[in-house]
Amino acid sequence: MKYAYYPGCSLERNAAAYDHSVREVSDLLGIKLQEIDDWNCCGATEYFSQNELAACAVIARNLALVEPQTDQIVAPCAACYLNLAKTDKLMVDHPEFGKEVNQCLAAGGLKYEPGRVTVRHMLDVIVDDIGETAVRDKVVRPLAGLRVAPYYGCQVVRPIDNNDNPEYPMKMDHLLNWLGAEVVDYPVKAHCCGGHLTQISEPQAFELIRRLLQNAQDYNADMIICMCPMCQLNLDGYQSRVNGFFGTEFKLPIMYFTQMLGIAFGIDPQKLGFGKELVTAMPVLEAKLGGLLV
Amino acid sequence: MADKIGIYVCHCGSNIAGTIDVEEVARWAGKNIEGVVVSRDYKFMCSSLGQQMIEDDIKNEGLTGVVVGACSPHLHEKTFRNACKRAGLNPFLCQMTNLREHVSWVNSDKAAGTKKAKALIFAAAERVKRQKPLEPMEVEVNPATLVVGGGIAGLQATLELADAGYPVYLVEREPSIGGHMAQFDKTFPTLDCSACILTPKMSEVGQHENVTLLTYSELEEVSGSVGNFKVKIRKKARYVDEDKCTGCGICIEKCPRKVIDNAFEAGMGYRKAIYSPFPQAVPRIPVIDTENCTWFTRGKCRVCSKVCPTDAVDYDQKDETVELNVGNIIMATGWKLFDCKRIPQYGFGRLANVYTSMEFERLCNAAGPTSGKIVMRDGKTEPKSVAIVHCVGSRDVNFNPYCSAVCCMAALKFGHLVLEKTKAEVYSFYIDIRTPMKEYEEFYQRLLGEGMHFIRGKVAEVTDAARRPEEHGKLIVQAEDTLLGKQRRIPVDMVILMGGLEPQADAKELGLKCGISCSMAGWYTERHPKLDPVATMTDGVFVAGVCQGPKDIPAAVAQGAAAAARVAGMIAKGIVTIEPIVASIDEENCSGCRICNDLCPFNAIEYDEEKKVSRVITALCKGCGTCVAACPAGVITGAHFNNEQIFAEIDGILWDANPQAEVEIASV
Amino acid sequence: MSNENFDPIIVGFFCNWCSYRAADLAGSARIKYPSNVRIIRVMCSGRVDPTFVLKALADGADGVMIAGCHPGECHYINQNYKAMRRYEMLKHTLSAMGVEPERVRLVWASAAEGQQLAEAIDELVGDVRRLGPLHWLQNWDENGQRQKALDDIVKEHEEAMEVSA
Repeated sequence: MKYAYYPGCSLERNAAAYDHSVREVSDLLGIKLQEIDDWNCCGATEYFSQNELAACAVIARNLALVEPQTDQIVAPCAACYLNLAKTDKLMVDHPEFGKEVNQCLAAGGLKYEPGRVTVRHMLDVIVDDIGETAVRDKVVRPLAGLRVAPYYGCQVVRPIDNNDNPEYPMKMDHLLNWLGAEVVDYPVKAHCCGGHLTQISEPQAFELIRRLLQNAQDYNADMIICMCPMCQLNLDGYQSRVNGFFGTEFKLPIMYFTQMLGIAFGIDPQKLGFGKELVTAMPVLEAKLGGLLV
Repeated sequence: MADKIGIYVCHCGSNIAGTIDVEEVARWAGKNIEGVVVSRDYKFMCSSLGQQMIEDDIKNEGLTGVVVGACSPHLHEKTFRNACKRAGLNPFLCQMTNLREHVSWVNSDKAAGTKKAKALIFAAAERVKRQKPLEPMEVEVNPATLVVGGGIAGLQATLELADAGYPVYLVEREPSIGGHMAQFDKTFPTLDCSACILTPKMSEVGQHENVTLLTYSELEEVSGSVGNFKVKIRKKARYVDEDKCTGCGICIEKCPRKVIDNAFEAGMGYRKAIYSPFPQAVPRIPVIDTENCTWFTRGKCRVCSKVCPTDAVDYDQKDETVELNVGNIIMATGWKLFDCKRIPQYGFGRLANVYTSMEFERLCNAAGPTSGKIVMRDGKTEPKSVAIVHCVGSRDVNFNPYCSAVCCMAALKFGHLVLEKTKAEVYSFYIDIRTPMKEYEEFYQRLLGEGMHFIRGKVAEVTDAARRPEEHGKLIVQAEDTLLGKQRRIPVDMVILMGGLEPQADAKELGLKCGISCSMAGWYTERHPKLDPVATMTDGVFVAGVCQGPKDIPAAVAQGAAAAARVAGMIAKGIVTIEPIVASIDEENCSGCRICNDLCPFNAIEYDEEKKVSRVITALCKGCGTCVAACPAGVITGAHFNNEQIFAEIDGILWDANPQAEVEIASV
Repeated sequence: MSNENFDPIIVGFFCNWCSYRAADLAGSARIKYPSNVRIIRVMCSGRVDPTFVLKALADGADGVMIAGCHPGECHYINQNYKAMRRYEMLKHTLSAMGVEPERVRLVWASAAEGQQLAEAIDELVGDVRRLGPLHWLQNWDENGQRQKALDDIVKEHEEAMEVSA
């Protein structure tokens, strides 16, 4: 199966572990990812509220760059995924607006026909296109005994029909189950991590992060598994600040679901970007999965 | 015989004459349409004088056909057909054409309206020349009635008919009659004990000399038509001989196998593998649940058989099919509760102390698993606070758009019971409180006085993820209070989800068996939503209770009684007339291809294996004409809508059109 | 071909239960729509023999509207589905005969949808007006879609036979 691949800026830097593990796992599962040549930033969450037309044009440029023989684009980052999908939908639903976006693209000699490319999230590709049997077949190191809390965040699940319940998604729960892990069914799995609120108002952002960590810990999770670089950054990068702020002692590793797939598939943890996280995952992995990670 | 057609164009005051030159239309028709011998316009054709004019013309001129250009035939077709009949002309030789609703009222250009009116009159005249006299058919009505469903609506219908002296077969799929009402503790707004008012009716039905009870049975097949239905009922094997069993209950007492009762006790209590759903069950004959019975699963035990004093247990019993002849059918198949797990963020099935409304009914029922004590899942702790969530699955575009009609009142009832039996605070999360029936609003006011809290907002989630110290160990109900304009989080011990009412899972399938259809939501479609809410489009099939749409007990009882009254009326009259608009097959020319056989949803076309031809069973045919249109040999005729008549109508309606192409259809 | 002053004649075949009553309702509600549609009442949209449509077009109608109850709401359970299937076949036949299939339209109108029915009539009259008078003979040979339409008929027929078998 062949897809255009849109890594997005985060995956080049802070979420490099996500990028590495996506590529490794895709190789193993026979998912052919062709990185879009000369892709640009999606504008993240803020640009839309500044200037919708410009924001859409920036995003649509990536869609326009998808080769004509490919009609699916995969984005692992939740914000990238949402922005690409939203732009396509806006252009389809509002043809006049679509024309304006195309006028912008024309300045760069590009054109995008709304609806031509289907925007997919990495999780949907693995769960829906690859499916349970193929995933289970590849598992060589089951994650038995590891209590994982799937964390969906708010961007991927809500507005777009991707065959899951937006209020209480289950897709990653199923996937982690296939890997043999003990999946923690905890209620805040689709609540917001605060996004860029850490840059605006720390107390509010920290409270949102604390709720997630607290609830996962209350349900005895060993680690939180996420699918968005922003979520990972907030929960991992700010974990010590949150501890300092509230006097808590959270020590929860925050990993990408593709990293867990990679571990279960027997891929070298180094290649999957293990060790890049700030709250290290190694001790709990070694404790629960034994000496498998050597 | 030469055609003698009379044309009558109505002014309808100025309703038609305002935008159609009616005098011109009448004059023109008299001159230009072949066979027209009189053509008149008149102020009000439906008045007695107008009708008299038509009758006089029929008698004096010897009219062979009448065309009335007036309002919709749905309004006055009967009026003019009767006028013709009085004057000795077969009513089916009268054709109405709709000059008011279809022309004058939708158009303001008088020239265009007049032109269109001429075309419609021309079409009707061409058609009426080819119409044939038809006579309605009469059939006798079998006085026996089948009632499907032994809930309160079905019980009421059964009793009304049985008390009137007519035989009734009552079919119920559960082991006992009683329906959902038997599960309830109290009934709103009077708070009568549900069992106290229901069980007397149940035993009356059980003992009635005119009632044949078929419990633990399913409706399998319906054939025939109004007056003479043939139905097949499958009596599921109870493994207990109904004739021998005395209902002593010793088998139940001694049965060693305990099973969670997901039906009557809504999963809140246990029953045995041989069981009767509840103590007042009618009939009191138990059934064996073969999925759980130790004898059926492991080939050991037979305790029930050993202890039975009358030797009634019969492990070899088989399902049995009973064939019945009835004149009418009343469908009272009820409803099922919305599956609250479909809204995972409300936590049912995940968070222990989230209850469905049906679970809570059992919880506060004096005969229920806790003997009516309101306690949490641990079986002993009384809740200090209870949240009641309205509209779970109802009034929600993601699930059911309709209002389930009873949940607001049931929620108020629950609130009252909690306040009466415990010291708990009660919070109701509602969208709108709907209390429209007699003494319902008063009950709401009473609960306001009793201190139940009302928060206007649809609940976003029920969670155990505490944020504040006082939330620890509680269920937190989060909603936007739309009156305050604020998010609220109420920590409680217990949550009750007021699940909506949904059609039975097999309602559609069951409906098709007797030729009735369902609305988009899955409720049975009544003949008219306001003026005929108990009859259906299939003559002889009636609906009662929630299967026709959400309603409370008084409404279900009223509808059950109304359906019975309609049936009783038909039985009393003894005969029904059937519209003569039916299809017929010219057997001489039928090739026996059988294309028509599968097209008929009423199974009105049978195939004669011997003669190798298809034949219409006139009594079953509803006259839709689909088979007529489909017959490749063109040998099916639809009475009153045959090809010749419709072709003539097309010719007439296009009298002023200019054929562009002289293509013969036959040459294609 | 298109002509602003062209006043098309459209024949309507309306089922007795829903769409004829929708037209009644449009009248009672005094909703105005073009007087180009002339309605013939049939008991069910399932009664509409494709021959009726062809005859109407051959006799000089510029368009045809078939109207029935919404799927799932048919008075005769599901006969409107049969109308729907015939309509799909009929469209190919029309193309094969050089008639623009847009001239013939199947619409659903419940007895409560007077407004929606009027809008559908507006739309059809507008579309037929744009198409101009029916050029059946001219299109018979000129229309390049004809062979494709004939092929489609054969294909649909084969599929239909598979289903009913």
